[in-house]
Amino acid sequence: MSQIETFYEVMRKQGITRRSFMKYCALTASALGLGPAFVPKIAHAMETKPRTPVIWVNGLECTCCSESFIRGAHPLAKDVVLSMISLDYSHTLMAAAGHHAEAALQETIDKYKGNYILAVEGNPPLNEDGMFCIVGGKPFVEQLKHAAEHAKAVISWGACASYGCVQAAAPNPTRATPVHKVITDKPIIKVPGCPPIAEVMTGVITYMLTFDRLPELDRQGRPAMFYGQRIHDKCYRRPHFDAGQFVEHWDDENARKGYCLYKMGCKGPTTYNACSTVRWNEGVSFPIQSGHGCIGCSEDGFWDQGSFYDRLTNIKQFGIEANADKVGMTAAGVVGGAVAVHAAISALKRAQKKNQEKVEG
Amino acid sequence: MGVTTPNGFTLDTAGQRVVVDPVCRIEGHMRCEVNVDENNMIRNAVSTGTMWRGLEVILKGRDPRDAWAFTERICGVCTGTHALTSVRAVEDALGITIPDNANSIRNIMQLNLQIHDHVVHFYHLHALDWVNPVNALKADPKATSELQQMVSPNHPLSSPGYFRDVQNRLKSFVESGQLGIFKNGYWDNPAYLLPPEADLMATTHYLEALDLQKEIVKIHTIFGGKNPHPNWLVGGVPCPINVHSTGAVGAINMERLNLVSSIIDKCIEFNRNVYLPDVVAIGGFYKSWLYGGGLSGKSVLAYGDIPENANDFSPGQLYLPRGAIINGNLNEVQDVDQRDPEQIQEYVDHSWYEYAGAEPGKGLHPWDGITSPKFELGPNAKGSKTNIEQLDEGGKYSWIKAPRWKGHAMEVGPLARYVVGYAKGHEDIRNQVDGLLRTMDLPLNAIFSTLGRTAARALESEYCGRLQKHFFDKLVANIKAGDESTANIAKWDPSTWPKEAKGVGATEAPRGALGHWIKIKDGRIENYQCVVPTTWNGSPRDVAGNIGAFEASLMDTKVERPEEPVEILRTLHSFDPCLACSTHVMSPDGQELARVKVR
Repeated sequence: MSQIETFYEVMRKQGITRRSFMKYCALTASALGLGPAFVPKIAHAMETKPRTPVIWVNGLECTCCSESFIRGAHPLAKDVVLSMISLDYSHTLMAAAGHHAEAALQETIDKYKGNYILAVEGNPPLNEDGMFCIVGGKPFVEQLKHAAEHAKAVISWGACASYGCVQAAAPNPTRATPVHKVITDKPIIKVPGCPPIAEVMTGVITYMLTFDRLPELDRQGRPAMFYGQRIHDKCYRRPHFDAGQFVEHWDDENARKGYCLYKMGCKGPTTYNACSTVRWNEGVSFPIQSGHGCIGCSEDGFWDQGSFYDRLTNIKQFGIEANADKVGMTAAGVVGGAVAVHAAISALKRAQKKNQEKVEG
Repeated sequence: MGVTTPNGFTLDTAGQRVVVDPVCRIEGHMRCEVNVDENNMIRNAVSTGTMWRGLEVILKGRDPRDAWAFTERICGVCTGTHALTSVRAVEDALGITIPDNANSIRNIMQLNLQIHDHVVHFYHLHALDWVNPVNALKADPKATSELQQMVSPNHPLSSPGYFRDVQNRLKSFVESGQLGIFKNGYWDNPAYLLPPEADLMATTHYLEALDLQKEIVKIHTIFGGKNPHPNWLVGGVPCPINVHSTGAVGAINMERLNLVSSIIDKCIEFNRNVYLPDVVAIGGFYKSWLYGGGLSGKSVLAYGDIPENANDFSPGQLYLPRGAIINGNLNEVQDVDQRDPEQIQEYVDHSWYEYAGAEPGKGLHPWDGITSPKFELGPNAKGSKTNIEQLDEGGKYSWIKAPRWKGHAMEVGPLARYVVGYAKGHEDIRNQVDGLLRTMDLPLNAIFSTLGRTAARALESEYCGRLQKHFFDKLVANIKAGDESTANIAKWDPSTWPKEAKGVGATEAPRGALGHWIKIKDGRIENYQCVVPTTWNGSPRDVAGNIGAFEASLMDTKVERPEEPVEILRTLHSFDPCLACSTHVMSPDGQELARVKVR
């Protein structure tokens, strides 16, 4: 890979000034939650490291992940695609089709063995010999395995690749299967959400390029920096929850005052994501801010947890909070945080399920 | 030689077979096979949906109020339109009316999607079929600047220095040897006709549009919390309005409305200064390439959308027109009734599904729809089950069903809407179409083409920009009149519902007529069926031999180099295919099918 130009060289050649480059480094640092001291480090990395080829494959999905990716504001999608990575295969954006497209894929695999990132959007269906998703006349699962064989690392974009998402909801007739159950010998970074937030997607990629390492992952394989805390923990409506001020019906007086949506079924208390902090589309809003509860789209199996409008649990308000505070404190520590978080999620989910069974039964 | 189909196309499979798989720059997975004769004219076309996800059975037994979220995930490109269709279907079934503000907000969101989808389609999914970014390196930035100022005097980004910067950036990109998304394009194919300056201008706008599209969608984020996949609500919209009182910061307030208004202005500006002028400029160089008409001059269908008043879907009240034209008779526009069991039916004779025990040629209305997969290749297919070299269109060959309107294969989408609108005398549409044809010095029948499809989309984007503003003004006027209501919760509680109910929701998605059919029993979904735009356009043959809109549009097109299928891509892309939409259906029983081993 030594013959590949560095980011900095490419950015400069493409007319980006040193000043803009440093501004970009500063934005990257702040997007990753790092202080100004890290800016020179990022700049140094950008000046000395080569551009990494990315192969982006699509299985059963709805393309919301690609659409989210191009919504990126810092960095801009055009800068990612033109200056930061080499997007050598992407059904959604590439000019070529048919065997020319397949040839582009193979060239990258051959040329950059062990040095490219495989990004997976969607998942492979395994029923019907894999023929519920066909690429080039063959099952998608074959392309996925072929592209993964020599990848440096795999990114599972979104709920489909990470957990299965909507086509894997009961009864999952195509047997849509998350990537990590098919690819078992590669590091896999799950970036769940339906879709994930654009700046989280580009944040994960730029982190890997900048620091030349995988992000720290929690027990479920998600980057801890973006998925380490619940939406509820950082929700700006949290004070209303603590004060017992809830929306009781859609469009009631409390809704118009922006009270807590917990009673309307909000899944913020059990959902780990960056929506309440990074927010969506350049920070314009996020579901709760726009009046609808969180539907928990970054959690495993969120389609099969009862109605989106069922109140989470019958656990007492402060019961949850005692538990959650403990989670928060442990997660703030360095070692064992992820374990505790995971245990707490499981406990909450068990309670939630039990409750739903009660409601439905 | 050849066989003539009932819908008037002569198919001949004698010549060389060309396979394109995957078809890229679309949503989802698709394959296309054509036969070309000795003059490289397409004489047979076969289009195949190559994915199947299935959502309807997943929906069975679930809460109807949740259905919007499931169906929204049918497609992340036309995000929101399935959700809107779904809440309309549930509201229709349960007799729920929505407040005026909810109608305005839903319309603004749906129009916003039309604009976003059309812009992204033209620049990021379609442009590379007409525009050669490598050729842009040869352009003179000064001449490009002059061209820009000529085609669009009001666009501020037009200086020679601006185009030189973009060109330098492109140059470095190409020189780096890592061509990324432009790799293996057909850049020396003689089918590309633009002069370098037009290529540079259009490539520059590819980048401008990429920056702009993330702004457009912020309207979804304001009202729905995120994009892709904003949130919706049965009975209205989830975002409350509070412009006067304490707590307004947690609702749609003055600041939010101002943000919406500023984005609407940006949409209008981009359509007028960039999108429409580009279509005229690029189209001008290709105006002798009038292939691809297909079914557009014969059979077109539109459900209509964007109701002026809440809960009134009568044709006269819809801004996007409703109607059906068959047999090329533009003098008669028939009304469309999605409830009539004789009008819309789906067939599976050439699709990888079966209607157990039914005679060949059996069609089912969506309320009674069945989706039971049956994957088998026809007897003349080449290759094997898991390594298809050539399909046999005489047998089953697609994961897409074949919907028909009164037995006819129909084209849907922006061009279908514009043909219906024009035939009905829709004033805005007539003015736009006549104006464009005058500018380009083309006759009316030129719209029945690939170029016409692409132009109709641009005209519609412009029209939708104006409509967005109309509904924004209407929303503000209604709030000013003292109405802040956004949701009707009278029938939110399932205990208020009838024991059994059925309903239809219809919209005009960016790609065309979209319908959801729901049956509700004991508060749960009993049956749910979607018939989506790409199911119409990507339809395989039916038992009578009628070919679908994609297939028809490819017929009798000249391909310069059969091994570089740029002309095929051009015409297929002009429909903006969405395969995840068209092939979402699933078995009603969710039965276990054959498994492969996970290695």
